[in-house]
Amino acid sequence: MNLTEYKDVYVFAEQRDGKLQNVALELLGKARELADANQEKVVAMLLGKDVKPLAQTLIEHGADRVLVVDHDLLKDYMTEPYTEAITAITTEFKPSIMLIGATTIGRDLGPRVSARNRTGLTADATKLEISDDEAHEFRMTRPAFGGNLMATILCKNHRPQMSTVRPGVMQKMAADASRKGEVVDYKVDFDVKKISRVKLVKTVKEEKTVADISEAKILVSGGRGVGTKDGFAKLEALAKELGGEVSSSRAMVDAGVMDQSRQVGQTGKTVRPNLYLACGISGAIQHLAGMEESELIVAINKDKFAPIFSVADLGIVGDLHKIVPMLTERLRTMQR
Amino acid sequence: MNIVVCIKQVPDTTEVKINPVTGTLIREGVPSIMNPDDKGGLEFALQLKDKYGAHVTVITMGLPQAEAILREALAMGVDRAILLTDRRLGGADTLATSSAIAGALRTMDFDLIVTGRQAIDGDTAQVGPQIAEHLDLPQVSYMADLKYDEATKTFTVKKQLEDGYQILEMQAPCVVTALASAVQPRYMTVNGIVTAWDKEVEVWNADRINVPEDHIGKAGSPTSVFKSFPKQLKPAGQTFEVSPEEAVELIVNKLKEKHII
Repeated sequence: MNLTEYKDVYVFAEQRDGKLQNVALELLGKARELADANQEKVVAMLLGKDVKPLAQTLIEHGADRVLVVDHDLLKDYMTEPYTEAITAITTEFKPSIMLIGATTIGRDLGPRVSARNRTGLTADATKLEISDDEAHEFRMTRPAFGGNLMATILCKNHRPQMSTVRPGVMQKMAADASRKGEVVDYKVDFDVKKISRVKLVKTVKEEKTVADISEAKILVSGGRGVGTKDGFAKLEALAKELGGEVSSSRAMVDAGVMDQSRQVGQTGKTVRPNLYLACGISGAIQHLAGMEESELIVAINKDKFAPIFSVADLGIVGDLHKIVPMLTERLRTMQR
Repeated sequence: MNIVVCIKQVPDTTEVKINPVTGTLIREGVPSIMNPDDKGGLEFALQLKDKYGAHVTVITMGLPQAEAILREALAMGVDRAILLTDRRLGGADTLATSSAIAGALRTMDFDLIVTGRQAIDGDTAQVGPQIAEHLDLPQVSYMADLKYDEATKTFTVKKQLEDGYQILEMQAPCVVTALASAVQPRYMTVNGIVTAWDKEVEVWNADRINVPEDHIGKAGSPTSVFKSFPKQLKPAGQTFEVSPEEAVELIVNKLKEKHII
């Protein structure tokens, strides 16, 4: 493998039902930074059916070039046709770096592509950088050992250097309507026989009864100290007053008090709101992994030795069941 | 029907603690367990055994002490257990790991390969799909349910998504990666525990799997760890032990200062 033939940063522009996923735009923001460090281009790979109109959005968020693969077989995500399309691209264009969102789609596609291309894939990186020494190495840092350790990974002699990144970890660029880019239709010869081995019977959307906590600007989050549904009602009242959402630690999900979709942490969602108000959360390392990038962290806990205080900008040792309702009331009177 | 379930022994990462002084992991006393998603996958396989009389094999790659989870699987009711262990397989990343396991699977008969979605020590979710790719088999990951039609040898799989689910059909042979949350694994039975110790755990080394040396172990791993370090937590702010009234004042002032309110 002649490594010098490989260049540019490729991003899998995940879309569902013709809607670009936020993570695709977040990855473009990071890709822009990486490409600029090496004077390279950002290329978005847009796969789907009738998805070409989305190319402009990708350019506005940092892509120099958009490869559009438009085909009936790509209408819904399926492992084999998507792997074939991406592999056709890697074979012809020889990307140096490839970023994929760590969604149920990206985490199905990424390993398949990496194995077909016999290259490395770093899972769920939280930091991606080009080293500022002469080597210009691509360094991918990720949590290891259940979030207890961080590991920086290299993929020295194989290309593309692949990484998945969880939604909400990178930041997208502000859209710039004046950015110019090239949109290229790319044709792929599919192996129809191979593709026919898996048949999609149906896709069922489950009614989203709750807001997506990873999109919320303000989160009032509860742990074991909140205890019950009644306890969470106090948090909900406060969240409402602040215009935010309620989230939860794993303990309260395991206890059946809160829905898994609201869980923050290593096995839940990664969040970085403007305010994370942690109530009765001790702060296990797995929890901290999912929220420590929040802009402002305020923690209320009875135990002054709770690890949550080590990441809090403001820590209150006290009874949340008293403080939260008083704070809610105080905010309510301020509004008037 | 022949089913092979790939399982892994992992440290119970929820039990890991950090030494607050040195910032390093305290590894001593951390129990080793069968990876939860793998155990979920094993339960799905055993349900197919209950219904259709499937023959279930478990295989793990790891250190000799990984035998413990194979004994546990035998006590849960599997028919055959294989321990793939060899120094030459050590230091493997996901690609080299999947190459080795795929090599072992190539020597076996199977209609279905089951893996867990991901292991709690690495959280990569890569090895299952990579095994499928090496064996040129179709896959469904994030499996939440599995049905089988004997007449057509077709599996109907429910795949969990963030915002719903899909129903997919796939013909044997194929690969699924299972979610622990989808199923309640059975307990070992007393009889199972007793007989598990009478059963043989086959021990295989790298010669048995016929995979090129440069596809396994460290040499077969495209990725390498440049460095690892304890998580840098941002410097702590101030913590106050005050009355609820004062606490409310402190919080309100902080929210004003940061323009939250």
